[in-house]
Amino acid sequence: MRLEHLQSINKARENRIAAVTVTALDGGASSLYLDGEAVDEVMVPAVQTALRTGKSAIVEIDDRPLFINVYLPPPRIVVIGAVHISQALAGMATLAGFDLSIIDPRSAFATPERFGQTALFADWPEDVLKDAPLDAYTALVAVTHDPKIDDFPLISALAADCFYVGTLGSRKTHARRVERLSKAGLDEAAIARIRAPIGLDIRASSPAEIAVSILAEIIQTLRTRDVMGGRSV
Amino acid sequence: MILGQAFVPDPLTVAEQWRLSGRGVAIATVIETWGSAPRPVGSHLVVDTDGNFHGSVSGGCVEGAVVGEAIEVITSGTSRILEFGVADETAWKVGLSCGGRIRVHVERLG
Repeated sequence: MRLEHLQSINKARENRIAAVTVTALDGGASSLYLDGEAVDEVMVPAVQTALRTGKSAIVEIDDRPLFINVYLPPPRIVVIGAVHISQALAGMATLAGFDLSIIDPRSAFATPERFGQTALFADWPEDVLKDAPLDAYTALVAVTHDPKIDDFPLISALAADCFYVGTLGSRKTHARRVERLSKAGLDEAAIARIRAPIGLDIRASSPAEIAVSILAEIIQTLRTRDVMGGRSV
Repeated sequence: MILGQAFVPDPLTVAEQWRLSGRGVAIATVIETWGSAPRPVGSHLVVDTDGNFHGSVSGGCVEGAVVGEAIEVITSGTSRILEFGVADETAWKVGLSCGGRIRVHVERLG
């Protein structure tokens, strides 16, 4: 592999752009494609499949074996709410290889004392997400219980096609949320993508156990659906 | 936006740092798997001239052999494809006790 290619891949990951390498297994030249850039015509189907599925594989093109390796941006979790569950989730998610950041405008909750090294933003989601928009490789977890804080990022997450959108709340709370989001113009299919109540049903009780159920549900979603959420690439 | 640092650094990030500090580096990549392979296609193990390595292509079963081959690839510059199957004393010194088979491409980082 050429060093320039490796550096471009690392840079692309940092900038949350998908990259695909094509390596000639018979020793020929290799190439690199970044999502959104032009692709050699003969390579278009293989590169598009790789970007859509996130799966790397060997393909034969013109009788030559080529290895297609796809590098998707590292999955990220954005948590709305610097609450007790988020404290537990921050540690677990980092161990599991996710980038995680927490947004909560209530500065009494979002303190470094409670969250250590975790990336923490004591601002409104409206302001933070302007600079760091959500994307298809991001899971959005909204756990403040407060519509004033949670609703905007939930709507943004559905619009950005986040691979996972989950939020706390009883059936009654969620029914009221569905009403608000419908009024905000979201269609039924979009609203149905919200996981509420959040987390796999493992009878979790403590904040740490709820964090396990949320992380498990995020991993399940990441590994069982097209990573690009079916959007065309 | 500064995001939480992943706990384990990515092998390709390590490879870039090693190469830029002047070390010879090889990148090993799982290109094909059959049966119950421990690491998915696309997984990387990076190796330097001294045999330091980062990442994995299996659950620790064949990394030792890959590191040895990778050091030769750094010297020769010629890519290789290695294949590992079930551990079998007569055929392989190392193997996958899980019963799977994998093919690993090893190339020098230019």
